Amino acid sequence: MTVLDHRHHTGVPGWMPGATAPRTDPAPLLPDVSPVRVLGTPALEKHDPALLRELYRRLVVGRRYNQQATTLTKQGRLAVYPASTGQEACQIAAALVLGERDWLFPSYRDTLAVVSRGVDPLEALTLLRGNAHTGYDPRASRTAPLCTPLGTQAPHAVGLAHAARLRGEPVVALAMLGDGGTSEGDFHEALNFAAVLRAPVVFLVQNNGYAISVPLSAQSAAPSLAHKAVGYGMPGRLVDGNDAPALHSVLTEAVERARAGGGPTLVEALTYRIEAHTNADDATRYRTEPEVDAWREHDPILLMDRALRELHLLDDGLAQDAADEAEALAARMRAEFHADPELDPMALFTHVYAEPTPQLREQAAQLSAELAAEAEVQH
Amino acid sequence: MSTASHPSPTPTLGGAAARHTSAARTASMAQALNSALRDSLREDPTVHVLGEDVGALGGVFRITDGLTAEFGADRCLDTPLAEAGILGTAIGMAMYGLRPVVEMQFDAFAYPALEQLFSHVAKMRNRTAGRLPLPITVRIPYGGGIGGVEHHSDASEAYYTSTPGLHVVTPGTVADAYGLLRASIASDDPVVFLEPKRLYWGKAEFDPAAPVEPIGRAVLRRTGTSAVLITYGPSLPVCLEAAEAAQAEGWDLAVLDLRTLVPFDDETVTRVVRSIGRAVVVHEASGFGGTGAEIAARVTERCFHHLAAPVLRVTGFDIPYPPPMLEHHHLPGVDRILDAVARLQWED
Ligand SMILES: Cc1ncc(C[n+]2csc(CCOP(=O)(O)OP(=O)(O)O)c2C)c(N)n1
Ligand SMILES: [Mg+2]
Repeated sequence: MTVLDHRHHTGVPGWMPGATAPRTDPAPLLPDVSPVRVLGTPALEKHDPALLRELYRRLVVGRRYNQQATTLTKQGRLAVYPASTGQEACQIAAALVLGERDWLFPSYRDTLAVVSRGVDPLEALTLLRGNAHTGYDPRASRTAPLCTPLGTQAPHAVGLAHAARLRGEPVVALAMLGDGGTSEGDFHEALNFAAVLRAPVVFLVQNNGYAISVPLSAQSAAPSLAHKAVGYGMPGRLVDGNDAPALHSVLTEAVERARAGGGPTLVEALTYRIEAHTNADDATRYRTEPEVDAWREHDPILLMDRALRELHLLDDGLAQDAADEAEALAARMRAEFHADPELDPMALFTHVYAEPTPQLREQAAQLSAELAAEAEVQH
Repeated sequence: MSTASHPSPTPTLGGAAARHTSAARTASMAQALNSALRDSLREDPTVHVLGEDVGALGGVFRITDGLTAEFGADRCLDTPLAEAGILGTAIGMAMYGLRPVVEMQFDAFAYPALEQLFSHVAKMRNRTAGRLPLPITVRIPYGGGIGGVEHHSDASEAYYTSTPGLHVVTPGTVADAYGLLRASIASDDPVVFLEPKRLYWGKAEFDPAAPVEPIGRAVLRRTGTSAVLITYGPSLPVCLEAAEAAQAEGWDLAVLDLRTLVPFDDETVTRVVRSIGRAVVVHEASGFGGTGAEIAARVTERCFHHLAAPVLRVTGFDIPYPPPMLEHHHLPGVDRILDAVARLQWED
């Protein structure tokens, strides 16, 4: 019995009565008509208070992380920063629902998810600082490198999950994408492969309404991005992406389903990018202040704060604890990023291949000579 | 269609010299490649084959014939028809410790996977400071000469050779097809393995028990004193034929088979060209910006004072691959090669 034995065809000509292979019923795959919400609904009371407090704490710390990273760009300490301000619920939930052996496949905006997974900010931000493409150990952290070519990380998640399944290991891969990324061919191919292979993958699309300047209406005519799942034969879930407990439960269900052999799920989280695309972007060219303000009213921390206080799960003391932890992280980031990173130009040749080619050895010698000449001039 | 027959290498010239002949058998290049895949699957449980039609059909060229039957669909997987998805999935598999061998159905149909190849396969080791090497072999049947209609005959090697992080290997003999594919699969670096499809059916003797050839070494297929033809893959038999024909003109041509384009064997190429003093680079891909341009430049840089004439290139024209009824005008043949040899300033 092999893992892929479920793939078979009837061998009966299609024109014969009853010949068609059993097809998937689309109805159970369809997303809810309105996004799943927990905050401000009776469902909230069923949630573990400890988890709710943990989500709150992580949201507060995550927001501060975003603010500090943005500040670091202004001080020239980061080359660029695509903030996930406003999207913190997606970022922290994605990290929190995964077990230690599971893998996260982040896109370029998802450094907060990487940090939430336990990677040090200094290591998570090397790409955006400009000192190294990937500063953390993907194997040790089960976190793939931040992926800039949009959508291309999605098939990697499928392959990794497929490999784990072939080995009989209960590992789940979670791939993070943006709404714009869903238009890429790799997104389509990844979902199709995942469904056909029944790979234990969760695709989390953070629909923040824009791909740089292009609004969703110019990106897709689908009823929702979650509906795209149905075409591949996997369930689609639509969730309020600023409702941390809702995200946590929808993603947990998807992860458990994948781990149990139920196959992939596509989750669309409705959220909003409060900051511009990056510090280099001018968002006033494509969106209005009232639109941003409306989303500020639907802020993930605000929603959480309000709901938890109503249930007496949060008081000023706990809020202050979270704020203190956030400040400590920010202070640590300021200190760590203040020092210039150590750079080793000769390392440029070290990891192109397992062994440098003869040509790379010659080029390394050339750079070495250039460095020596530079040093001479400086003396 | 071009011949796949070629003289067996002269024993003293290296390369296949170390082979013992006990288990030697006669096989086509297609069969040798199939054996290489089968033996790799047998010996290493982390090897997985995936691609379009590689299962029951055995691939459109039958290179994966019988593999799913022997190893099961988990090891030799018929994927959906999507090349970026195939290679992207292979990347994830490699990240988890497997050793995927991907089959692209034809040269031009590998293009949908180029983003995965260029942005991830070629760079992953580098962008993770060596923490995520991707031991992936991407097999691509390439080149013309089989009467294929549009999009089935591209000599696409320059796209790969100009991408740092990839190894590019292309066998020109049956024995190399086996040995170099084994070595490519065993390599911890990603390898683009270019299979000259017009040589698939030509038979020759090879010995699967012979030591596996390392990648990165060129081999002299024929000694000569007048000039050396530097070539690889599909153009190797043409060059050997040209060298035969050149004897009638009084030229004693050497033929150097590169076998691996990246890493490039500067050492052997330089040594051979310096000792002979005249060189022609031959490949069927377009000349402008082609691999031959790089080779000619390298040879000139390293051998200038040993050269009696400029290094010439004999290549396909700078045109999209022609319809099959016209392809023989495009592909370098014996005459075009000998014309170039004639232009090597013999009067000096
Ligand atoms: C293949 C590819 N095309 C273009 C870009 C340039 N680019 C970077 S981010 C971006 C918009 C992405 O939008 P979305 O997927 O919605 O993610 P978000 O930025 O909203 O998080 C674009 C076009 C890219 N990184 N990759
Ligand atoms: Mg977006």
